[in-house]
Amino acid sequence: MMRRWLWSTGAWLEHRLGLKDSVWPMMRHPVPRGANWWYVFGSATMTLLIIQIVTGICLALVYVPSPDQAFESLEYLNYHQYMGWFLRALHYWAATGMVCMLFVHLTQVFLFGAFKYPRELTWIVGVGLLACTLFMGFSGQVLRWDQDAYWGVGVGASMAGRVPIIGPQVVELLLGGTQIGAPTLSRFFALHVFVVPGLLISLLVLHLYLVLRKGISEPPVPGKPVDPKTYEAEYEEKLKGGEPFFPDSMWRDAIFSFLTILVAVGVAAYLGPYGPRSVPDPTLIQANPRPDWYFLWLFALLALSPPEAETFIMLVLPVLLFGILIVIPFVSNTGERSWRRRPIAVLSVISVFVTFVVLTYLGFTSPWSPEMEAWSATTVPENMIQWTPDLKKPEDKHTLSPVQLQGAVVLQNKNCRNCHALDGKGGHRGPDLTDVATRLTRDELIRQVIQGGGNMPAYGKQLKPAEVDALVDFLGTLRPKDQPGARSSASLSP
Amino acid sequence: MAEACEKTAENPTRRRILEWTAIGLGIISTLVLAIPILSYLVGMLIRRQPDEWIDLGPVKKFPVGQTLLVEFLNPKAQPWDGLTQKASAYVRHVQAEKFQVFAINCAHLGCPVSWFPASGLFMCPCHGGVYYEDGSHASGPPPRGLFEYDYQITAQGTLQIKGGHLPTLQDPMRKPRPGEKA
Repeated sequence: MMRRWLWSTGAWLEHRLGLKDSVWPMMRHPVPRGANWWYVFGSATMTLLIIQIVTGICLALVYVPSPDQAFESLEYLNYHQYMGWFLRALHYWAATGMVCMLFVHLTQVFLFGAFKYPRELTWIVGVGLLACTLFMGFSGQVLRWDQDAYWGVGVGASMAGRVPIIGPQVVELLLGGTQIGAPTLSRFFALHVFVVPGLLISLLVLHLYLVLRKGISEPPVPGKPVDPKTYEAEYEEKLKGGEPFFPDSMWRDAIFSFLTILVAVGVAAYLGPYGPRSVPDPTLIQANPRPDWYFLWLFALLALSPPEAETFIMLVLPVLLFGILIVIPFVSNTGERSWRRRPIAVLSVISVFVTFVVLTYLGFTSPWSPEMEAWSATTVPENMIQWTPDLKKPEDKHTLSPVQLQGAVVLQNKNCRNCHALDGKGGHRGPDLTDVATRLTRDELIRQVIQGGGNMPAYGKQLKPAEVDALVDFLGTLRPKDQPGARSSASLSP
Repeated sequence: MAEACEKTAENPTRRRILEWTAIGLGIISTLVLAIPILSYLVGMLIRRQPDEWIDLGPVKKFPVGQTLLVEFLNPKAQPWDGLTQKASAYVRHVQAEKFQVFAINCAHLGCPVSWFPASGLFMCPCHGGVYYEDGSHASGPPPRGLFEYDYQITAQGTLQIKGGHLPTLQDPMRKPRPGEKA
């Protein structure tokens, strides 16, 4: 009875939907033999996107996109809403996974030459998906309305403010007003929840349509170049010996997506949600704003580049990078597909990844940032105040003179440690001073302290002559005890 | 069906007119919708909000020779702005009636700078920009000194600054005075 009812309902629906003639052939479309485990990253990215959509909708049920409640609603999600912490964690870690998986997919497609004729448009739409995903990352960070989010928007606005001529107008459009506040959060919410997801899903549909229409690329064979005149006929020929996508090829995607979900859920359950960190109070100026990890490379680049190059890096470089990605299939849409025959492609991938990893590491450690608390929190190491010249006579201790001790106090009180480390502890913006006396003579030390230079501020106005004397006296003791201090070249002449 | 097609084909002028009417109506309805919607989106540029004078408190609150961090409320805030309606600035009382009031935002990328009275320096936590006590650039990537507010002292002896927007390179708090380096 039940079965008959199901059967007739199914037949009724099929008569109207006609899935047998539309969706079923798509599922069964032939794919070339040899499509292997390298082909699973795209579908895994999509699986993570589905997690993002579902968890995102769930979070929107509780989250309040208003600056006076956003932080509190995130705390509520973390600590009160049943399973709220897990959904926040999953949304954050699946986002991280999606960005990673997208780059893996992009790299695979690039190295396999799958962007070449006739799949150029599939690649370009994919670049659009990358842009949408990265924007989702940034706007998602803003919705986590904490100190990082607040200052992150400020940094974004300051960068936008460098657009020639219309900079101030761009800033106001971005912020929704003259200051970071309610309209800012609301518009990032609208973009993150309505506009960009809509765009992303539309582009994804187009991407999938193109994948179906032009077929997935067969694994590249070295020495078998793409020739637009013959490629499609040859591909058709290959499909005749191919296998249906469902289920002969799809099982790999299914298994890999399953593992991806497992990892995302596992990481989310183990590491928990990220933030919100400090409250978004603009008067708490002890903030130490950092972008989420996928923008740390840019953060590092902006600290390390010369000032003249900065506006270029902020405004032109992103356009240039996306421009290069879009142009790739036009510059090279024929010829060898195998990475074994494309050394420049392989080298480009390696250099891009090395650059990314190095800059991200630098952004993470950010040695150029002063350590704001070092002057009071990181004391002078004891063995620089008092030491034993001869280990055989431990009772025979050498202690700094009162003036040298006073110099150590000056070093701390005048905030020198914010930029200068002793024994590796303290800021790393300036050189570590542990062995400074082996590099600079007393005169050079005095000049450096008073006049500054080499990216060090001048302290001439801030130090009394007696303080300079004391400070330099102390700095003069900073060297390995078995090494002589630096001498000026004048003193070496006979 | 085919007959109907042939009928319209018999009267091509009528067909053309109807086609162009449809296209024309499409353009008009797009404009009718687009103009108010786009104006709504860029409304903040059409009805601009000028900076306002903000009270920072009586002048005697600021000892001569010192630099203090003061808090105030952003005059442009919405009731639902919460904590983000708070704002702050550094007030440096140079002498008698002479003040310098700095935005807390680094001129490089807007991060909040910290004041260190002992060394007379402002330091930025993001990319390491450093400024002297008079706001001028000391080291690091910032392309200029700290942004300064215009200020005035009222008849009642209250220090006021003109503010209300996020300072950026092309839209600083005040235009540099003649002969002054930005």
